[in-house]
Amino acid sequence: MNIIIAGGGRIGSTLARQLSAEGCDLTMIDSDDHVVRACAEHYDMIGIQGNCASMEVLRHAGVDHADLLIAVTNADELNLLCCTTAHAMNPALHTIARIRDPEYTEQTYAMRDVFGLSMAINPEKQAAGEIDRLLKYPGFLRRDMFAKGRTEIVELRIDEHSKLRDLPLSDISGIAKTRVLVCAVLRGGNALVPRGNFILKEGDRIFVTAPSENLTTLLKSLGIITRRIRKVMLCGGGMVSHYLAGMLAKRGVQAKIIESDLERCKDLTHLLPRTPIAHGDCGDPEVLEGEGLKDCDALVSLTGSDQLNMILSLYASDQGVGQVITKVADSISPGILDALALGSVVCPKELCCNNIVRYVRAMQNQVGAAVSVHAIADGQVEALEFLLDENTPNCAVPLKHLKVRPNVLIATITRGSRTEIPNGDSMFLPGDVLVVVTSGRGVLKQVRDIFL
Amino acid sequence: MNHKMMGRFIAQILAVEAVFMVPALVISLGYREWAAAKAFLLTIAAIAAVAGLLFLIGRKAPNALDAREGMVCVGLSWIVLSLFGALPFVLSGEIRRYIDAFFDIVSGFTTTGASVLSDVEALSPGILYWRSFSHWLGGMGVLVFLLAVAPGSRDKGFTMHLLRAESPGPDVGKLVPRMRQTASILYMIYIGLTLADIILLLLGGMSWLEALCTAFGTAGTGGFGIKNDSMASYSPYIQYVTAIFMFLFGVNFSCYYLLLIRQFRSVFRDEELRAYILIVVCAIALIVLDTRDMYASLSETFRDASFTVSSIITTTGFTTADFDRWPAFSKGIILFLMVVGACAGSTGGGLKVSRLLYLLKSLGRNITQVLNPRRVKALRGNGQVISETVIDNTNAYLAAYVFIVIFSYLIVSLDGNTVGTNLSAVLACFNNIGPGLEAVGPTCNFGHLSDLSKLVLSMDMLAGRLEIFPILVLFSKSTWKH
Repeated sequence: MNIIIAGGGRIGSTLARQLSAEGCDLTMIDSDDHVVRACAEHYDMIGIQGNCASMEVLRHAGVDHADLLIAVTNADELNLLCCTTAHAMNPALHTIARIRDPEYTEQTYAMRDVFGLSMAINPEKQAAGEIDRLLKYPGFLRRDMFAKGRTEIVELRIDEHSKLRDLPLSDISGIAKTRVLVCAVLRGGNALVPRGNFILKEGDRIFVTAPSENLTTLLKSLGIITRRIRKVMLCGGGMVSHYLAGMLAKRGVQAKIIESDLERCKDLTHLLPRTPIAHGDCGDPEVLEGEGLKDCDALVSLTGSDQLNMILSLYASDQGVGQVITKVADSISPGILDALALGSVVCPKELCCNNIVRYVRAMQNQVGAAVSVHAIADGQVEALEFLLDENTPNCAVPLKHLKVRPNVLIATITRGSRTEIPNGDSMFLPGDVLVVVTSGRGVLKQVRDIFL
Repeated sequence: MNHKMMGRFIAQILAVEAVFMVPALVISLGYREWAAAKAFLLTIAAIAAVAGLLFLIGRKAPNALDAREGMVCVGLSWIVLSLFGALPFVLSGEIRRYIDAFFDIVSGFTTTGASVLSDVEALSPGILYWRSFSHWLGGMGVLVFLLAVAPGSRDKGFTMHLLRAESPGPDVGKLVPRMRQTASILYMIYIGLTLADIILLLLGGMSWLEALCTAFGTAGTGGFGIKNDSMASYSPYIQYVTAIFMFLFGVNFSCYYLLLIRQFRSVFRDEELRAYILIVVCAIALIVLDTRDMYASLSETFRDASFTVSSIITTTGFTTADFDRWPAFSKGIILFLMVVGACAGSTGGGLKVSRLLYLLKSLGRNITQVLNPRRVKALRGNGQVISETVIDNTNAYLAAYVFIVIFSYLIVSLDGNTVGTNLSAVLACFNNIGPGLEAVGPTCNFGHLSDLSKLVLSMDMLAGRLEIFPILVLFSKSTWKH
């Protein structure tokens, strides 16, 4: 597949790495010669220096025979112009633009045909949505949804008070009072796909597959849910805060934003009339105390500095805030994640890239290819979703008769609205959605790769 | 440095060499040349042993090579390739001294075509084949070949800077986004053109072995002949075919790719191609004018002049005429062509036409700026702005080029030959041409030089083929420091 990436910034270069590994033919356009060179050097792709919205540069980049254009420069207007121009030059082209300004949201949707836009992505909004979902179920470090939200893989940390500590995995369903499956465990930075006699230790991070409707039961029986989140403190008044505050207000959750820039505070009061905005330095404990950190159920650190966010989260955990969520601009190494109690970590860049990679996969979707791929357990494990049809091999055969590849685990089978954690007698049928977990990256491309 | 990975990398290159020695072995067996066959067999065994050992040591090394390691790998692998490639000559007893054999095989891999042998016709067919085949392999590059055929090249430590180190030209780009595909396309074009050449030579009445060896020499722009008088005794048809194909192999291969994808306009507008054609036409015309009194007919003059110009500018080094006996002006033109060389991205050597264009443009800009100090001007090539990094690299390249030529000239002049001999020997080796003037002219060879000169000239050939820096870094102290 021929893909043009316009803009080689943070998202552009991450996409280059991921899509290059997917086996796509990439061309990158950026106005900065150094960026172009660095990208062409690191990843197997062609780099072109120039203005990505000019016809000449686009022609040079081979827009006529490209399949997809991804515009991720840091200017919304340029991204839109780039997509519009490219789409006019090649009507068969799919286009994805990053549009971050909330003021453009409406017209990007209403005028997408005029712009020639196949999809608009907004990393900040997406991150806000992710944080909102995490706040709904405090206790989960991360949630990945499959089968249109009917199945989830959630991440939990085994701490010293956990009911699961020092117990073998085979006991988990009894304690959880519902059927769940631990599909991966992260211990000491290494991901394992565990067996039934595996004993959980303090500090492990476990990845649990469960039907979405069972999540509340799971949390309650594990004693993780204490009460609903009612008050949230948002540190930093950036774009994510703006979106998140709106979402929380809709659910009736009280949010308070602390922002150090007075002008931005004033802007926010116009944008979010019902949310209290405080002007102050988030890094100052007195400010946090004064704004009522003690009474908050959750703290989300959303400032522009990753370092400050991490420190804020550590401080909040230390002060006994129930749930802490940290936003980071760049993915941080697993070792740090294990060592620090940062709570959930949300990386807008990663969310956005995963979203685009999913779109690319869907475009390539030949028979039996994965509908979506989620990287879990610090990217060491892949969870894939397959839609089964008549051509799928081994339909209606009990699983105990099938030879499944090593390192591959069939996590759930979703039929209609029912999700089942399979045992040896389960079988899948055409029309089902299969979620499969594997520790080998990029091994599974099609559903038939599951079987030996 | 990641020595184990580098070892494994070199092992792969050696494996390619061993595989390509098999046809030479088969030819030797076919001609019942047992000494040569045994020599090839022994060499293949030696390579297998060394490569196997390197593989074994490096099997668990991490796959990454950084820019410095990549550079060193490229330089080292060409030297190792030559060290082993020289073995069959010595083991078969056809070249007695190892340094001579080393000089000849370096000359082969770097597509120079300079030889220490006075009697080429005495070599056995298998050895002749191997000598000429080294041109073909060296012409497009071993790494590029490995890249084109080896799956999962990313795991083998290949990155863009490796490809760049082996491909000639100031600004190496890709034809298509994937490196492996780019390499495959280049080799496809290379193989296609070589086959066309072989067929046309066979039609001209050459034997199979002759046609293969001549086509390899032409394709790699190498120039090892299989006769003592190079190409002089062949029919005019064969000479013209060879002249035309030498010219074709001196063109940037991306032009052929553009022709294949039907972008004719950008090919005909290519500044480098135009300059290349212009230089060739002018040089032929001037030499014809200058030497017309020496020949009986104009057609003969034209044939010798066009063959020589095509052979020298593409740095092939086949000869039909002893241009050492031409008038001084013609010799001057030949010396100029030696330095210019072929187009970037071709199999030819030399400074490259595109570099010459960049240098002229950069010089022109400097003159403009001296006259109008406030003038800001970007240089353009084919309508596109040439990045300042490329201009800087080109200037640095010229500086390194001049220094190495002067340094090598000093060492070679210890032998006591004339200025013309020494200078043309260095230029002919450094630009990968082959024959020089006077005592190293078309009718002579490099056999009479001292061992030291042969070693220095061998390094010059490697430096010229790999565009200086991969060889230069091997001699830099900071390369080997941790």
